[in-house]
Amino acid sequence: MCPILRVIVFSISAHPLPPSAGRIQAREMKPPPFDYHAPTSIEETLDLLQRYGDEAKVLAGGQSLMPLLNFRLTYPAALIDVNRVAALSYIQQKDGQIRIGALTRQRTIEFSELIHSQLPLLYEATTLVGHLPIRTRGTIGGSLAHADPAAEYPTVAVALDAELVIQGPSGTRILSAEEFFVSYLTTALAPNEVLTEVRFSPSPPTSGWAFEEFARRHGDFAVVGVAAVIDTDGEQCRTARLAAAGVGPTPIRLRAAEDILMQEGITDQAIQSTSTKAAELVEPDSDIHASADFRRHLTQVLTRRAIKRAIERGRERKT
Amino acid sequence: MSERRQITLTINGTVHSGQVEPRKLLVDFLREDLGLTGSHVGCEHGICGACTILVNGESARSCLMLAVQANGAELMTVEGLAEDGKLHPLQAAFWEHHGLQCGFCTPGMLMAAYDLLQTNPTPSEEEIRAGVSAVLCRCTGYQGIVQAIQAAAEKLRARGDGR
Repeated sequence: MCPILRVIVFSISAHPLPPSAGRIQAREMKPPPFDYHAPTSIEETLDLLQRYGDEAKVLAGGQSLMPLLNFRLTYPAALIDVNRVAALSYIQQKDGQIRIGALTRQRTIEFSELIHSQLPLLYEATTLVGHLPIRTRGTIGGSLAHADPAAEYPTVAVALDAELVIQGPSGTRILSAEEFFVSYLTTALAPNEVLTEVRFSPSPPTSGWAFEEFARRHGDFAVVGVAAVIDTDGEQCRTARLAAAGVGPTPIRLRAAEDILMQEGITDQAIQSTSTKAAELVEPDSDIHASADFRRHLTQVLTRRAIKRAIERGRERKT
Repeated sequence: MSERRQITLTINGTVHSGQVEPRKLLVDFLREDLGLTGSHVGCEHGICGACTILVNGESARSCLMLAVQANGAELMTVEGLAEDGKLHPLQAAFWEHHGLQCGFCTPGMLMAAYDLLQTNPTPSEEEIRAGVSAVLCRCTGYQGIVQAIQAAAEKLRARGDGR
């Protein structure tokens, strides 16, 4: 559930229920009316987007959009349901990259041997996305395009420098994950464009990984999450990738913190300085779930845990 | 604007057809149009899990799907668990281990557990807890539910299938 909905649901439940509440009222519809289209190709999808512009919403897995429709928090003139665009669903290895079609289900990613062996951080993050019935429908493209800054996939995309392939009327363009995420629930996608593919470069086979998050309940959005990929050589750090979720309008890449590890190696003191730096780099807001101070504290703790677990895993892989 | 669509789908092995407005939720189609009221409607935004069913063999929230999206799909609801009037081992285990109190979450619990056991026939207690975290029990009777699923997993293993 997106942060906006989380807040609004609380205010809805604070109102007294109408006298009819609780009775089955057959044939009433929850979502508002919309034109419904179920294209079967990317071309057809683009034609529809061109026709409706920002009046249309693309429906992928529906695990964020359907709640918004059920509560009538959004009134799109048209719903463009891409679930029958078979060409958007695949996981393939090409030119040293793992390419994942935007409509690929989170469940498919979870049970993919290729993802398990080549992108273990993505695998681990997937197991933290909602619950299995949510992952059955939820898609990688939908999660990225929805751009909830507390969500796992956007954070992994930023940590791993993923490339996002976007198609529009004038062709294809590729953005880095950091270019793609603009603000809360806002991406660089134009109304007549659609996200079609995500490309990941696997981290070195000697590297370790971890996705650490603090959530109130299993499957909830993280209050704060930290993704780490660390490649070590003895006490040296060859590669460090760190990104945080839930601490700003987009997932945040913690480059200045990475630099400390790269320069100082993986001593306890360097890990401590890196975690402290991470907490300085984030820009959290206070809300009903946690204060900004608590989020900074969590960033520091989770960064330390993620680095340590990633180093541990890297050592295990090398032996 | 939202003209009705003809849909045909298979539910618990039986083919059903109907005309639906595109905005009709799948769970409302099941309950209101087909009278399959076993799937419950709780939160209507994918959190409580009472409406969990199997779509093409995989558990999903039927409150977060439109009925039109299920056109051509094969569904299984809680009504499809029992065979020839005999409770499915999961249902029997819920009965035996006090896995339900008010019963509201039970259809969702059963379908989530069914999916858990077909993807992982030998779950640890921790894995069962993670599995049923997909469904909320407001009676908080999780202990019985976890024990029921453990017992059902053993029975199903003895029977030689994940179902």
